[in-house]
Amino acid sequence: MKFGVLIFPGSNCDRDVALVTRDLLKQPTRMVWHQETDLSDLDVVIIPGGFSYGDYLRCGAISRFSPAMQATLTHAQQGKLVLGICNGFQVLTESGMLPGALVRNRELHFICDRLSIRVERTDLPWTQAYQPQQVITLPIAHGEGCYYADQTTLKALQANRQILFRYCNSSGEIDTVSNPNGSVENIAGICNLQGNVVGMMPHPERASDPTLGYTDGLQLFQGLLASSAVQQAAVA
Amino acid sequence: MTQIYQAKIYVTLRPSVLDPAGTAVQTGLKQLGNDNIGSIRIGKYIELTLVADDESTASQQVDRMCDQLLANPVIENYRFDLQLMPTVVAGEDPR
Repeated sequence: MKFGVLIFPGSNCDRDVALVTRDLLKQPTRMVWHQETDLSDLDVVIIPGGFSYGDYLRCGAISRFSPAMQATLTHAQQGKLVLGICNGFQVLTESGMLPGALVRNRELHFICDRLSIRVERTDLPWTQAYQPQQVITLPIAHGEGCYYADQTTLKALQANRQILFRYCNSSGEIDTVSNPNGSVENIAGICNLQGNVVGMMPHPERASDPTLGYTDGLQLFQGLLASSAVQQAAVA
Repeated sequence: MTQIYQAKIYVTLRPSVLDPAGTAVQTGLKQLGNDNIGSIRIGKYIELTLVADDESTASQQVDRMCDQLLANPVIENYRFDLQLMPTVVAGEDPR
């Protein structure tokens, strides 16, 4: 499974992602500069965290017009996989590839913490290595991670089961206290209607290397590899 | 004949979107003794100039640019004013 990690001026989690896909999982991984136009060799495009274009105007607003993002749109339209982490999630909402928007945290602070996250859906390649309703621990690090969607969009997200991750307490209950940033419905990550494009504020790549103390994020990447193996077996 | 227009663009958060920065500024102003302050919403103000054939063309272009980039319609509203800028005729002394 070939991974591509987009790099914009200001991205800063690109090498963390490559460390997981290339070094831990031994998968071919290519760093993709934002001026590149051809991503046809890739199976998965990952838009990493950081501050692309300095977060000027709005987080992710400028990146969406880059050649690499246009190519990512084409990649997604072919049904191939796209993952946006943190700033990557912001880029995906700004580009309209995912619904809603990410705005300033409710309490205005930049939050750097590790939190309990509940996995809401496990029938997608992204989450199939988790148990339904499993509570995992992932780090977050953001100032603009408050997920907003109007009521109509929210209803559609629920009806189409597009909510993948929600902030919860340690026993898996969704409550206001466990909501770090004011996101509607405690939403931490969503997918598009087809399920091939995912955006999430928590950083699975920062919870993958055992030396860092916890590895709940690694299963997301392992799930992808497992789904790819199944697909290849089906083709053969 | 082409003209130069200046657009003054105001981008504001949609009423349904919380504005924690506005609330923080409201608290600050109240601490300064401004007890009569009501709600505060913080937005963005953008000035740009553009060359266009007429006001209608300029207006359409500014509207498109707001919709595509300057504002995010999911969370923000925008409005703008267009003003015709004085142009210098070739050969005329600008002083």
